[in-house]
Amino acid sequence: MKHKSIRELLAEQPFFHDLRDSDLDLLAGCGENAHFRAGETIFGTGEPADYFYLIRTGRVSLDIHAPGRADIVISTLGPDEVLGASWLIPPYHWNFDAIAREETGAIRLDATCLRGKCEDDPALGYRLMKSFAQVIVDRLQRVRLQLLDVYGTPAARANG
Amino acid sequence: MANGLRAVIDVDGLDEVITRLRVQGFSTIGPTCRDGAIVYDEIEATGELPRGWADDQDAGTYRLVRRDDEALFGYAVGPHSWKQYLHPPGELLFEVRRDGGGFVIEERPEPKSRYAFIGVRACELAAIGVQDRVLVESEHPAGGYSVRRGEAFLLAVDCGEPGGSCFCVSMGTGPGVSSGFDLALTELMSGEHRFLVRVGSDAGAAVLGEVASREATGEDLAEARRVVEMAGARMGRHLDTDGLPVLLAENLEHPRWDDVARRCLTCTNCTLVCPTCFCSTVEDLTTLDGQRAQRWQRWDSCFTLGFSELHGSPVRHSTRGRYRQWLTHKLGTWWEQFGESGCVGCGRCITWCPVGIDMTAEVAALRRPGVDASANPEEVR
Amino acid sequence: MVPTRYRVATKRQELTDTWTLGLEPVDEPLEPWSPGQFNMLWAFGVGEVAISISGSEDDTLLHTVRRVGAGTEAVCALAEGEMLGLRGPFGSRWRTVEARGKDVVILAGGIGLAPLRPAIRQLLLDRGSYGRISILVGARHPEDLLFVEEMSRWAESPGVDVEITVDTASSGWSGHVGVVTSLMDRVEIDGSSVHGFACGPEVMMRFAAKALTDRGVAPTAIDVSLERNMKCAIAQCGHCQLGPTFVCRDGPVLDYATAQPLMMVRER
Repeated sequence: MKHKSIRELLAEQPFFHDLRDSDLDLLAGCGENAHFRAGETIFGTGEPADYFYLIRTGRVSLDIHAPGRADIVISTLGPDEVLGASWLIPPYHWNFDAIAREETGAIRLDATCLRGKCEDDPALGYRLMKSFAQVIVDRLQRVRLQLLDVYGTPAARANG
Repeated sequence: MANGLRAVIDVDGLDEVITRLRVQGFSTIGPTCRDGAIVYDEIEATGELPRGWADDQDAGTYRLVRRDDEALFGYAVGPHSWKQYLHPPGELLFEVRRDGGGFVIEERPEPKSRYAFIGVRACELAAIGVQDRVLVESEHPAGGYSVRRGEAFLLAVDCGEPGGSCFCVSMGTGPGVSSGFDLALTELMSGEHRFLVRVGSDAGAAVLGEVASREATGEDLAEARRVVEMAGARMGRHLDTDGLPVLLAENLEHPRWDDVARRCLTCTNCTLVCPTCFCSTVEDLTTLDGQRAQRWQRWDSCFTLGFSELHGSPVRHSTRGRYRQWLTHKLGTWWEQFGESGCVGCGRCITWCPVGIDMTAEVAALRRPGVDASANPEEVR
Repeated sequence: MVPTRYRVATKRQELTDTWTLGLEPVDEPLEPWSPGQFNMLWAFGVGEVAISISGSEDDTLLHTVRRVGAGTEAVCALAEGEMLGLRGPFGSRWRTVEARGKDVVILAGGIGLAPLRPAIRQLLLDRGSYGRISILVGARHPEDLLFVEEMSRWAESPGVDVEITVDTASSGWSGHVGVVTSLMDRVEIDGSSVHGFACGPEVMMRFAAKALTDRGVAPTAIDVSLERNMKCAIAQCGHCQLGPTFVCRDGPVLDYATAQPLMMVRER
């Protein structure tokens, strides 16, 4: 079986469907394959956000830890989902831990390299931002739904 | 079948009709003056009818006034409707007693009475029909109501004196009685005080057959027509029903709902006096020793906060939401549910509203394009 | 409005606040039921609550009840051998028959899995009539998941995917974390040949239906199950009205094309 090139793998990612071929050529130059064992930390809170990931296989959790209580899983991400947005916004530090919950394969994109290319080519930057904005808004809506705690016990008690 | 037979009786004849009904075992229920209003109660003779009284009605207003004649049915309608007999405010559904680890469900007591209703208006006949659609013409007919309704004798009376809140002509229900009765009267006051009687059923014919009557003349019939025509021309109010269900469905966010919500007290009066409002709740009662339990059905109102309660909080928490539910149901969604309007135009909800909310005015306002109802500076808070 | 006597034959605690009661008739059993329908459960002297049927075994009807108020508290407090009154079955059914020949996507949230369980059992008994079956289940926490063993049996059926997610979890949970609609990303579907079933809190169903329509599923091919205050269950008390709909009679299962405009109006 022939290994696919990063360029081919990027083209398969739904996240990049709105990008142009020339964009993908540029991005491919910033990308590499990455593999994580189950339980391996992909990045940790406070570390520099120098990469983002496109998950190809496996599952990753975003965790937050606080003293005196068990680690909390904020959300899990799986195949074809984007991991990491903090590379977009200064000061470029991770706010959560990302842990591979299973054997996980991903494409790692070098953020420093990407940020440079976006600054040089604002049109590319805009197209990439649009792709990210869609993901971020979608996640925001999910988080709002989570916040509603729809399955919670109704506060007031009555006949029901 | 003697349906359609027309005869004339006098006041004594009407007394005889009531007597015959009582002999047949009916509780005769009719209008009578009490506490400054014409209400329905058990009556035994025409002497208990509101002889010589009329009712002066308007939004939030009801006064008894003397007539200049001795008419027995010379008023419109009072706060009561026949639903309090057919679909009473409280009805025992079943009774249960503990039995070892379980319980035994005891037979429901038989409905108490066979009712004969004296003086049923055309709008009220229509209202009884509306409740029949809900409670009888159902996959699960309501037991008590169905029995009482099936046994009821309806003595209807054409309306000759519509009130200031009436709009039965708009709703196509009155003022003349056309069907659904056992006997129907038209009270005629010119010349001899008498009643034109029409027969609507075998039971009606049987009762009339036992009473002294004479054949109706052309003059009697002409005067009866005139009474109903004149009543139809003197409606206190008008409701434009053209396209009403669609109008309501398309205006659920009209600012008028906020306006009416500032006036409505959610007191439930309109639903209690409404002859078609059928909503009910249930109540469980237990004896102190916990050995017996009863389950009662009680009138409920969509204006109460608890009516729409879901998981501890109401779906319709605002007055706006509750008034809108009532009006859009009554005049709109009722059509989809039962193929007719839930309103018969009797005007009770207008008269008995303590702040005089008038549904005909509310509908007229909803027909105007939605302008901000708070534009009146005096009403801005 | 007079109930039929049933006895608690089995009682199984599902969650800290949720039990499944197996009820067997003391007198003549109620009429046959369909998945999606509900019964009114009357606890002696306390009151009546509307509870979906979550399955059956012979004459024994299963009801999975969450303790949220006085009525459900009284029902949940019943011990094996004790009696209660039942009326039913009432309401509309899940359109499993109409979904034959299609792929099926089921979205269940919290206690919403209970009304869907008999539909899922029916689909699996008639496995050949359907394409892929995706069962997407959400709950608040891992410990709030219903029917965990049964779900793993469902997952063993050919062509059946069961995906489970929770809204929040500690790191000991190795499954998905996120709202139930996020599981839609894991489902490969051709929206034009899918029938969707959603049951859970109303907000969750709104998002579930949106996730389905976003993927090309027609609103008419989505079933949702609504909840409203119910007293009589026979369209005579007026409480459960939602626009022209009597949820007790016309629902609880409605197609989303019908339900959506009703659900979108505040305080309707």
